[in-house]
Amino acid sequence: MNWTAIWVTCKLASLTSIALLLIGLPIAYWLAYSKWRWKFLVESIVALPLVLPPTVLGFYLLVAIGPQSPIGQFYTNLTGYTLPFSFQGLLIASILYSLPFAVQPFATAFEQVDRKLIEASWTLGLSKLQTFFKLILPLSTAGLITGVVLSFAHTLGEFGVVLMVGGNIEGVTRTVSIEIYDNVQALDYAAAATTSAFLLVMSYTVLLLVYAVNRRVWSVWPQK
Amino acid sequence: MAAEITLHFQKTFLGRASITAHFRCPLDPPSVTILFGPSGSGKSTILRCLAGLEQPEEGTISFGDELWFDATARVTVPPQARRLGYMAQDYALFPHHSVEGNIAYGLTGLSSQEKKIRVDEVLHLLHIESIAQQKPTQLSGGQQQRVALARAIARRPRLLLLDEPLSALDAPTRAQLCKDLRRLLTQLAIPSIVVTHDWTEALTLGDQMAVIVEGRFVQTGTPQDVFSRPTDADVARVVGIETVVKGTITEMRDELATVQVGTVALTAIASPNLESDVFVCLRAEDVTLELAGAAETSARNHLKGTVRTITSLGALVQVTLDCGFPLTALITQSALRDMTLVAGSDVRAAFKAGAVHLIPRN
Repeated sequence: MNWTAIWVTCKLASLTSIALLLIGLPIAYWLAYSKWRWKFLVESIVALPLVLPPTVLGFYLLVAIGPQSPIGQFYTNLTGYTLPFSFQGLLIASILYSLPFAVQPFATAFEQVDRKLIEASWTLGLSKLQTFFKLILPLSTAGLITGVVLSFAHTLGEFGVVLMVGGNIEGVTRTVSIEIYDNVQALDYAAAATTSAFLLVMSYTVLLLVYAVNRRVWSVWPQK
Repeated sequence: MAAEITLHFQKTFLGRASITAHFRCPLDPPSVTILFGPSGSGKSTILRCLAGLEQPEEGTISFGDELWFDATARVTVPPQARRLGYMAQDYALFPHHSVEGNIAYGLTGLSSQEKKIRVDEVLHLLHIESIAQQKPTQLSGGQQQRVALARAIARRPRLLLLDEPLSALDAPTRAQLCKDLRRLLTQLAIPSIVVTHDWTEALTLGDQMAVIVEGRFVQTGTPQDVFSRPTDADVARVVGIETVVKGTITEMRDELATVQVGTVALTAIASPNLESDVFVCLRAEDVTLELAGAAETSARNHLKGTVRTITSLGALVQVTLDCGFPLTALITQSALRDMTLVAGSDVRAAFKAGAVHLIPRN
């Protein structure tokens, strides 16, 4: 087995989950509590990666972070490097690709916190921010775990976006799923089998964790 | 100008009667104001507007010299800054905190030492020290109510808003906790506004009350006044109790209580939790009229009286008597004719001991 690819994959999945925890919480809070009538527009954008072919997402990202784009130029001026075909570029792509897998469970968990408890907290003098940390987050732990674990698992298996944005650079952007593809291309079925089995076991374990923690919070499986 | 809460606002809901509130309520000396009305009359919404949890469309709300809400000046003071205690109908205790944690929740800005002292103080005040470490789900309804009260008063609020504080409890617990609540509110001396649809609670808890019907304030006054002298048919229908007089229990024997009202002694069914001072309440339809000298009946109370007024209400007639205290009876038109009653006639009023409701007062 190619341990370098496994290391890159795990690093990418972990950083993506952490980043999504930080970025996803405010987005989910806004989606759960905003009364804006056009909120569904944002909801649809967040959910877009669920249905968009990864190659389409990858293509737009590649254009958006390329050296000709404002984002790409800004990054190059800041660091001296370019984003496409780098680990950083891949990380940005992964965050966007897994966004719904974090935001949707977070938002569902926030929505399930009884409105009366939130109002009680306000009348007890706690600001909206204090209420978020002292009341809403502690009552949403199952949803938070679900979101983090699902985005980790989803990043583990991503293929199209990695190939489009990351390329296939050994030790930098070559993840396990691409490794398997390469193995098959090289007719090395034995290596592909081992790596596939590894990914299967790992994904299954991660999902076991989610369902064990909470069987009612949003998941890719329909709710009972 | 004496400190007071003033409400002048309007709030509309889709498919429901809009709420028009014009109300003043004194803050000094601290007293308990009852918002009384049937369910759906808008009283809870008025309380929520006071708490800052809902915004009226028009009007103003002020507390003493602070402006809490003004629609035209676009002023809305958030609930956090109003420094009040609000207790929701189902108590809304935080499930992830113990009783102690719930009470300490709002005590931000105090040192842990001060917090501990304050929590112990309210635990003691409400006699819930023994359940301090338990989680809300382990508590009975009565205990949850006390914890919610403790949490609301721990911050020493300037105003206490209680939404149906007793409605989630079973009847025996309710009677006991109602008395406890009155004692606590008197002891705390915090201006309080209590929403209820139960007239016994209104009488026990309130210093003054406002009756709300379909979003309008229809009558204000002391509970005794409002119940015994409803200004119009709406109020009378809502309160449903026509005679409310002060009395003193002089004797309790064989589950019967003898109550002295002025110079008259009445017999009532005794109930636990009663001390000597009570309100004596009677519904007009429970009172029958007899001509003087009629034969003995099973009713325990027979009072000599004089007819004061006769008011026609369609098929029925409302007759008010002076029996040493004002008493209202509801009889049919034909009974009135057969008995040839006119103002000034001497009659006997009769009612069963079970028709006399005794409500504690202090």
